[in-house]
Amino acid sequence: MTTTNTETDSNNSFNNSAITAVEIGKPKGGPNVKTLRQDRWWIQPTLTFIGLFLFVVYGSWAAIRNNDYYTANILGRTIGRNYLSPFYSPCIANNCQYTTVPILGSWYKLSPAIIILIFPMGFRLSCYYYRKAYYRSFWFSPPACAVKEPHKKYSGESKFPLIMNNIHRYFWYAAVLFAAILTLDAINAFRFPNGSIGMGLGTLIFVINAVLIWLYTLSCHSCRHLTGGRINLFSKAPIRHWFWKKVSIINPHHMLYAWLSLVWIAFTDFYVYLVASGTIHDPRFF
Amino acid sequence: MPDLNVKLWRGDENGGELVDYKIEAQEGEVVLDVVHRIQATQAPDLAVRWNCKAGKCGSCSAEINGKPSLMCMTRTNVFEPGQTITITPMKTFPIIRDLVTDVSFNFKMLKQVPALKPKPKEKDGTYRMFQQDIDRGQEFRKCIECFLCQDVCHVIRDHDDNKMHYAGPRLFIRYADLEMHPLDTNDRLDLLQDKMGLGMCNITKCCTEVCPEHIHITDNAIIPLKERVVGDRYDPLAWLGKKIFKKSKTSEKQKV
Repeated sequence: MTTTNTETDSNNSFNNSAITAVEIGKPKGGPNVKTLRQDRWWIQPTLTFIGLFLFVVYGSWAAIRNNDYYTANILGRTIGRNYLSPFYSPCIANNCQYTTVPILGSWYKLSPAIIILIFPMGFRLSCYYYRKAYYRSFWFSPPACAVKEPHKKYSGESKFPLIMNNIHRYFWYAAVLFAAILTLDAINAFRFPNGSIGMGLGTLIFVINAVLIWLYTLSCHSCRHLTGGRINLFSKAPIRHWFWKKVSIINPHHMLYAWLSLVWIAFTDFYVYLVASGTIHDPRFF
Repeated sequence: MPDLNVKLWRGDENGGELVDYKIEAQEGEVVLDVVHRIQATQAPDLAVRWNCKAGKCGSCSAEINGKPSLMCMTRTNVFEPGQTITITPMKTFPIIRDLVTDVSFNFKMLKQVPALKPKPKEKDGTYRMFQQDIDRGQEFRKCIECFLCQDVCHVIRDHDDNKMHYAGPRLFIRYADLEMHPLDTNDRLDLLQDKMGLGMCNITKCCTEVCPEHIHITDNAIIPLKERVVGDRYDPLAWLGKKIFKKSKTSEKQKV
């Protein structure tokens, strides 16, 4: 079937209410198959699916664990480490093992991580990289380039609910706050008993975690836009142009930072869990 | 040298099929060379569009083993010995014959792009631009209009009906070029979001993957446009800022 859009711009000049006639439904060349690709195109979406699925499983367990997320004093023993799991930081409930800011009273009985994780989860769910990742590996839209997607209709991010991904920059504002808090946690990890300064293996893990979170947050496309991308006259905004250029250096590696920070934050939580539960001993460097 | 096994799509709007050809491999060839030799020796009526053979005219776009590619930029030695090379026309556009497709959709969409509307000249009667103001646009002008990005974009590749309201990645870099232009006074953001389907792009980056000019279509054009639309339409803080400070990046711009 061949149909033609009847909204025709007859004089070919621009008209906001008209779209030039576009013929659709005409026959295409090539065999009608899902794809002619001969490479292993399915590996990337499969690995992405496995990676994200494993993180969701681990993150769910870590969030509802509600135990062994702070190492200072546990089971009557003084471990002597100031490590607060990033899944529980900042801890804002009265029932926290370590309360950063007491915002939620004793009425709050659930795991404090559930409240906190809404923000980083929202940031990653609406992230331009993760959108690509889950559209490809979870929704098959498309599963890979030049591989036919299974859906009959497609409206992309032009309608609810996917249009909500436009909220990304608000989660970015929150992500900056969280990156600052995780930086404070890394600084606190240098604090040892009796006011001494030291460094354990956990301290190193926390520092790496903060660095990766900052790299992921600052390489964000919304950050790139807000620092200077929205400006057309860079010559009149040299400071913002400078920031934009710096963000543009790390922005192409956003995917790398997304994965590294995702894996490392889970690893950091698991390390804190192992130390807090007494499973392993945190070695002190100095 | 061993023989190359080549499957070529032969047909027109009434139908077609993959036809097998066997031809001796030659050192240093690209796929377009092989197609030309098949045309010269075995299939004189084979239709193939080409021009520069240097990856600069964008004419010989096709799908090689399912991947949208320029035939003149795909060397034959990248294939395993004995591997069949399957060459088909671009899937997104109507077939004319064999490897030739009707890409007029792209030019119809191009006609809809509101042209540059420069702001008034300076007092000395000139325009002034600084290099840093036009750096971004220069990347977009590398486009050779091969339309591989349009071909691979699943929004129209798998959903032909979306062509009525989706400009596609090649056009989005044109819009980005104009939107970021330091002299331009047209504001195309509403047009992009409402009529040209910017919101339909789900940034899966296939356009960037296939671009023979390595233009970062998604990162440098589409996402910045999406962010501008967010600032213009969905960001209450940006709206408040415009109201309070009475200015914005679009303060000198007029919506089209």
